[in-house]
Amino acid sequence: MASIVLDGIAHSYADEQSQDGNTALKSIHHEWEDGGAYALLGPSGCGKTTLLNIISGLLTPSRGRVLFNQQDVTSLPAEQRNIAQVFQFPVVYDTMTVAENLMFPLRMRKLAKVDRDARVKEVLSMLGLADLADRKARRLSPDIKQKISLGRGLVRTDANAILFDEPLTVIDPELKWQLRAQLKKVHQQFSHTMIYVTHDQTEALTFADKVMVMLEGEVLQIGTPEELFNSPAHTFVGNFIGSPGMNILPCELNGPFASIGAHRIPLAQVYPATTYPGTTHPGARGRLELGIRPEYIDLVAREENSNALPATIKSIEDLGRFKIVQLMLDHHSIQVLVPEGAPVPSSPAMVFRPEHVKIYRDSVLYGSKTGPD
Amino acid sequence: MLVLSHRMLRTTGVEMETVKEIKKAWTGPLVFANDLDTFSLDQRLRECRRIECNTVWPGGGMLELIHVNKMVDGEVMIDDVCLTLSSDCINILLGPTLSGKTSLLRLMAGLDKPSSGDIRFNGKSVIGRPVQKRNVAMVYQQFINYPSLSVFENIASPLRVAKMEKKSVTRQVHEAAELLKIDELLNRSPAQLSGGQQQRVALARALVKRAELVLLDEPLANLDYKLREELRAELPRLFSEQGAVLVYATTESTEALRLGGKTAVLHEGRIRQYGKTLEVFRTPGDITTAMVFSDPPLNTAPVTKSGAQLTLGNHPIPLGSQALGLSDAAYRLGIRPHHIGLQQQGPGSVAITGIVTVNEITGSESFIHFDFAGRNWIALIHGVHAVALNEEIQLFLDPQTFYFFHPTGELAHAPDHDRL
Amino acid sequence: MKNWNNKAWLLVLPMLALVAFSAVIPLMTVVNYSVQDSFGNNEFFWVGTEWFEEVLHSERFYNALLRNLLFSSIVLAIEIPLGVAIALCMPRRGVAVSVCLVLMALPLLIPWNVVGTIWQIFGRVDIGLLGHGLTSLGLDYNYTQDPLDAWITVILMDIWHWTSLVVLLCYSGLVAIPEAYYQAAHIDGASRWAVFRNIQLPRMKRVLLIAILLRFMDSFMIYTEPFVLTGGGPGNSTTFLSIDLVQMAVGQFDLGPAAAMSLVYFLIILLLSWVFYTVMTKSDADAAPGLGERS
Repeated sequence: MASIVLDGIAHSYADEQSQDGNTALKSIHHEWEDGGAYALLGPSGCGKTTLLNIISGLLTPSRGRVLFNQQDVTSLPAEQRNIAQVFQFPVVYDTMTVAENLMFPLRMRKLAKVDRDARVKEVLSMLGLADLADRKARRLSPDIKQKISLGRGLVRTDANAILFDEPLTVIDPELKWQLRAQLKKVHQQFSHTMIYVTHDQTEALTFADKVMVMLEGEVLQIGTPEELFNSPAHTFVGNFIGSPGMNILPCELNGPFASIGAHRIPLAQVYPATTYPGTTHPGARGRLELGIRPEYIDLVAREENSNALPATIKSIEDLGRFKIVQLMLDHHSIQVLVPEGAPVPSSPAMVFRPEHVKIYRDSVLYGSKTGPD
Repeated sequence: MLVLSHRMLRTTGVEMETVKEIKKAWTGPLVFANDLDTFSLDQRLRECRRIECNTVWPGGGMLELIHVNKMVDGEVMIDDVCLTLSSDCINILLGPTLSGKTSLLRLMAGLDKPSSGDIRFNGKSVIGRPVQKRNVAMVYQQFINYPSLSVFENIASPLRVAKMEKKSVTRQVHEAAELLKIDELLNRSPAQLSGGQQQRVALARALVKRAELVLLDEPLANLDYKLREELRAELPRLFSEQGAVLVYATTESTEALRLGGKTAVLHEGRIRQYGKTLEVFRTPGDITTAMVFSDPPLNTAPVTKSGAQLTLGNHPIPLGSQALGLSDAAYRLGIRPHHIGLQQQGPGSVAITGIVTVNEITGSESFIHFDFAGRNWIALIHGVHAVALNEEIQLFLDPQTFYFFHPTGELAHAPDHDRL
Repeated sequence: MKNWNNKAWLLVLPMLALVAFSAVIPLMTVVNYSVQDSFGNNEFFWVGTEWFEEVLHSERFYNALLRNLLFSSIVLAIEIPLGVAIALCMPRRGVAVSVCLVLMALPLLIPWNVVGTIWQIFGRVDIGLLGHGLTSLGLDYNYTQDPLDAWITVILMDIWHWTSLVVLLCYSGLVAIPEAYYQAAHIDGASRWAVFRNIQLPRMKRVLLIAILLRFMDSFMIYTEPFVLTGGGPGNSTTFLSIDLVQMAVGQFDLGPAAAMSLVYFLIILLLSWVFYTVMTKSDADAAPGLGERS
């Protein structure tokens, strides 16, 4: 197990054929502590797979260093870094049985037979594969094959880190819940350093202690799931995390209020005056936007609260455990989440919870210290 | 002021182009009928996907499957499926991998022949009619495009096959490309596109074909999460405008709920239930349906009811006024994860004590996996709740939200959602 | 339920006629010859199984058959591992790929008799590069006189001619392996041999099966090259079944025995190919992609 440091990692594919899913990386500095569970989250083409391959040693970065436990491993090939990796699609050795598949990395690393037998047995039962141990891997269904792939990663007690490249893509929803829980348990039990790459926010947020959100080769924000959800550093993060994403509305600042057209929204903090639109200082200007999560808007009846923002309902989607209400505030479309059983007033008005109203300047969270490092 | 009747536009078949031109030319206020606000046509159309199932689109078709069976190598793939799918609204086939979704779609398309039973389109049997002669479009999970053709030619290919004249090919391709927001990419080759764009091309090709039957086999499964949301919002409206019977296969219950329409739950080659999506979700006919149609998974446990008391393992659960009409017997209890809370929920709330095994936090919600009476259950709780692992936790159940299933699987009692 | 379109038969008709003329009718003729005797003048009389008995009891036939079996096994034992090895060494991407592929395909483009002629000259002691080179090194090489030298030359010639086929087939199998397999093996710490043993070989199995079958059938039917190179000599040392057959039929006009022998020959090839195929696919069957692969 090891801490992993990315020291000014940058990569470009100028001199190589750019392959699918590989994107250039712009200077990334970061340190992952030993034994943590981390996620790289971003849309396809954001560079998360490139970064993962740099860590595992399948790719050498154009610039920068990778350190495992303060040791420079940048030039070491994958097999010498002592890393385990699970890929998006199941990779199994067809001719071997399920148990042999799990045994393989241990055998290659010359682990004593007694140790490896015990370890393989343990992982097999953890993944619910014990009954299939002696079956040939080739005949099994894709989700079981993916469990085998996971098992080959988890079996390695000595690994510096276990990397996951969208490992649950081919898995059915219900099994996803089980496997995610199993991964969590494995992490609690053995506290490997684990890095999980995905485009699925639920997987990233539920898995990781800290999530790194990436876009176009850059890191937009690193934070706990709670931080990412409650104070996204960038409007992209706000929209990308959460389902539905954050409502982003163009606004102006007026002291303790933000205004959207003629509507005034109370804020929890006062922003410096220099950034108000129309000030003369050129560097302080910027496009101002207000961000509010659908979860943090309350719908009230118009007559109940005269300070609330009157809106018209465009549509209501009932998703069983909650409803997504689409509302129009002037010409802005806003989504509001209403929990199961809560009524939707026929002539509604919205109350934005002030502590959850965020202001963005040129898409970057304004007036807060959390941001890209 | 100009008033455009939404319905009139649709029934008279006025093209999008014309509407756009009218919008451009008209400087005064513009209102779409049965509308309170003036917002763009695009947004207006987006709303259509929520139109109730009994609204019939003009020119709509109907696909009937009558006691359809399919055996392959002596193994039953499709087991006595009876379904009537219409173009009123989107039809969703929900089921786990290998439940027979793809097999059923292939039968509908005419790629395979059923071992027995009949498939009718608009009342006429289509069995034996080869797929080329049917007006069917299919979009797959994998992005399938002609690699040697440009995006334009890819979209145009069904029109070329139909020998349509050049001018209208160009017009239709541009129209479809614009709807799917790929009009800038028409000259590229599919290899130069991202996954989402490639799938949009495949969808555009299905769109220009103006097929009577559109079959989508997990079309969004290989796309990014956010892209999925975006395309999912657009898909049903695009096809329903053409009056096509639209069938959408998926493994994800959340996807089914977001698409609305009607859902057929498929399990081991059999249709367990078919009805309006939300109704199927709320009142599943049996425990299999309830388990397939639940995300996070449904919490279940065997219980015995006697009077106003349930016994789960050796835990007594007072029922209050709920489900008292149910006769005393053994049942299987089903509780949806979001109906388990950390606080008292109603007057009849019952406290239970579980051991936390896993705690997952998404920022907006927390999932607490816990062991209770030998079962592994999940509670879905709003907000961030970090709880200590392997320790006892007190959780609350609301008997009003309990589902009861007979030991054979059929539903005995479902919660009354109007009272929740 | 079945909707036969009878017009479709018309499309098959020309092909059927062609096959009838090219295969069925000649075969029947051979069957006809094999059970009759003739003294010219188009007079035939029935002899029953006499020719078959003669063939099956002749030492000449068994010697030729043994030579064939020996030749095929030597050729397979060398060409298959060599082909796999070359395929493994070939580059996977870049310009070098097409260069290698063209080089590999070259021997396959040369007609059989030309191959024979090339090696005939190549091996000549007086002017051939190989023959002259070996003798000037002090080796006693002469393929026209020494049976062992003749065998070595014929085998070398076949390897030179046909290893490319094995290479191309194996290469096509290799490039179809997804990159993730190699990456996973790297990360698992697999040695080069383990990668070959556990990933490349199992994934090449199908093409390898085709390669072995093709090479076996082809080498068992070898005719042109040794005919041009050695004419079956020295002595009878390179007289394979096919050469023997031609000598019998064309050289001695023994049509009956020749016909019987060619039928036996045909049956042997069929039987051996079937045995090969079943043995090799049997190990495959228990690991065949099962129903689980469906999605």
